[in-house]
Amino acid sequence: MIIRIENLTKQYNHHDGLVKALNNITFSVKKGSFVTITGPSGSGKSTFLLSLFGLIKPTSGKIFFNDQQIDNISDNELAGIRQKNVGFIMQNFALIPYLSTIQNIMVPLVLEKINKEEQLKRATEVLKFVGLENRANHLPRELSTGQQQRVAIARALVHRPSIILADEPTGNLDPALSLEILDFLKKINQTQNITIIMVTHSPTAAEYGNLRIQLKDGALVEHKEIIETVI
Amino acid sequence: MNIYKIVWLELFNRKSQLISGILAITLGIAVIVAIQSVSKVSKENVAKKLDNLGANIMVLPQGGSLDDYYTSDIDAPTFPMDYVERILNSTLQGVDNMSPKLTRRVKVGASSIVLTGILPKSEIASKPVWKGIGLASKDIKTACAPSANKSLGYKDKKLQRKVVDTLGLSDCLVGSQVAMRLKLKENASLTISGKTFKVAKVLPETGTVDDDRVFANLATVQKLLGIPNQISAIEIMGCCNAISDGLLSKLRNLLPDTRITTINQIVSTQIETNQLMNKVSLVFFIIIFFVGSISMGNFMWANVNERKKEIGVLRMMGASKSTVYKLFLIKSIFLGILGGIAGYIVGTLASVILGPYLANITVAPVYIYLLWSVVLSVIISLVGTIIPAYMASKIDPNTNLQEV
Repeated sequence: MIIRIENLTKQYNHHDGLVKALNNITFSVKKGSFVTITGPSGSGKSTFLLSLFGLIKPTSGKIFFNDQQIDNISDNELAGIRQKNVGFIMQNFALIPYLSTIQNIMVPLVLEKINKEEQLKRATEVLKFVGLENRANHLPRELSTGQQQRVAIARALVHRPSIILADEPTGNLDPALSLEILDFLKKINQTQNITIIMVTHSPTAAEYGNLRIQLKDGALVEHKEIIETVI
Repeated sequence: MNIYKIVWLELFNRKSQLISGILAITLGIAVIVAIQSVSKVSKENVAKKLDNLGANIMVLPQGGSLDDYYTSDIDAPTFPMDYVERILNSTLQGVDNMSPKLTRRVKVGASSIVLTGILPKSEIASKPVWKGIGLASKDIKTACAPSANKSLGYKDKKLQRKVVDTLGLSDCLVGSQVAMRLKLKENASLTISGKTFKVAKVLPETGTVDDDRVFANLATVQKLLGIPNQISAIEIMGCCNAISDGLLSKLRNLLPDTRITTINQIVSTQIETNQLMNKVSLVFFIIIFFVGSISMGNFMWANVNERKKEIGVLRMMGASKSTVYKLFLIKSIFLGILGGIAGYIVGTLASVILGPYLANITVAPVYIYLLWSVVLSVIISLVGTIIPAYMASKIDPNTNLQEV
């Protein structure tokens, strides 16, 4: 199991009282899975996703990554795990506005202190993979939304993570572009065996997952594993 | 790409912010550079003038009159010549030249003249006007004047050569007024108290009391007046900076039974000018340090707030707190370097252009100030950035993540 979650709970203090954003969630994810998490607004999808690698501190419960417990380690250790193992794709792309396409893609490699030649080699590879090799020197504002999301995907891939966390990656895209991005994620999942955990509102997007989880009021209400058969 | 390039790109992405960020530091450094440049030239000019005036400190015995610096040695009580050696053997710094002398009023026929016994080489060296007529060798210079031979600095043993007798025992130098009154010319004879002297030189007019003096060998005058090994004064050419640093009080400690005076007006003006410049620089430095740091802190604080989402993204991707801290400190160093260079250029240009109009002096660029400007600017910038950078490193990785 690449991810194992036991009784994960997150509570917020609110002036109306205690709010349980996540309520005793337990499940596991196999390496190479494509997990989709759905649920209505406020069901705790994003909180769950961000809790996995310490972007939000859970109130209780245990999280294991490759059998290493990570809910009780320091901020810097968690940052180290994210740096090497996790790629993030966010709804609004989270690109750095003053860096060009290729520079944005290189950022995870800079943080990992990879040398310049290797940075350029890997960034060029993923840029080609997402079909933006002719946009290498464009700033994010000079790209379309679909292109920006592809840059974000390239950035999430460049340091060869074992898992990608995607929070509503198609939320800002039109249906055609959404399908294009989802196909991309599926391709990454299948060709590179990278585990993907994707939060989405969209039923169409949810169907891309082979492990489909539904949350409601912070609780896991559905856990469906799809066996894909190749004919 | 590396972290420095990320900082550099961010810096030049917001050019107007960049300018406003370094403006306070630039102006502050410019003011300090301008003051220091003008001050340096001003001090050098005063030092030159003081050197050109010749001796500027007079050591007199207790009971000597201090009413007039230029005549205070005349008819003063005497003290032993050993005092000269006491100064020579001390570790005092800033004594560039010494001239022991014995002075008395004497009658020559119906005229009254001032007879001064001197150790000639030092006497000549302490009167630059005389040097112009070729009476002095070239190896006596003052250490504080910028043009001086620096090898003759404070601790140089060559200073002892300045007390050397080279004037013939029966030769004398005659002041211009005395020569006119007694109708004396070079190689003429002059008899004083029964001793006949040959006029070795008629001195050019100086407009001082020296024009009424006859200078003869100190040993001869001591013998003539019947007071061997006694002198009535030691004239000292003190380095002006050393005087500012308390040379007079050091001399008083060394020679407690003497009275030590100086050309008050000039020296005190120099001291006051130097002290004023130093105080002004210090006041500006303190103001600029605080204003510059606060201004930089303010700028960085705004920058951190503006970039919260970006910092969140970096933290999300695995940037540690120390990496975020480093990002802002590197930016601060870049801003400090830019501010320091810009401040140096503006300050130097201002002093070079405005110096002749405002202070009537010609100012040349002082290149070492560039280094100091950059160092000072970087320190100010870093001090201002420490807190905002720390706050940036504390930003949660999920800050505004949903809104990025």
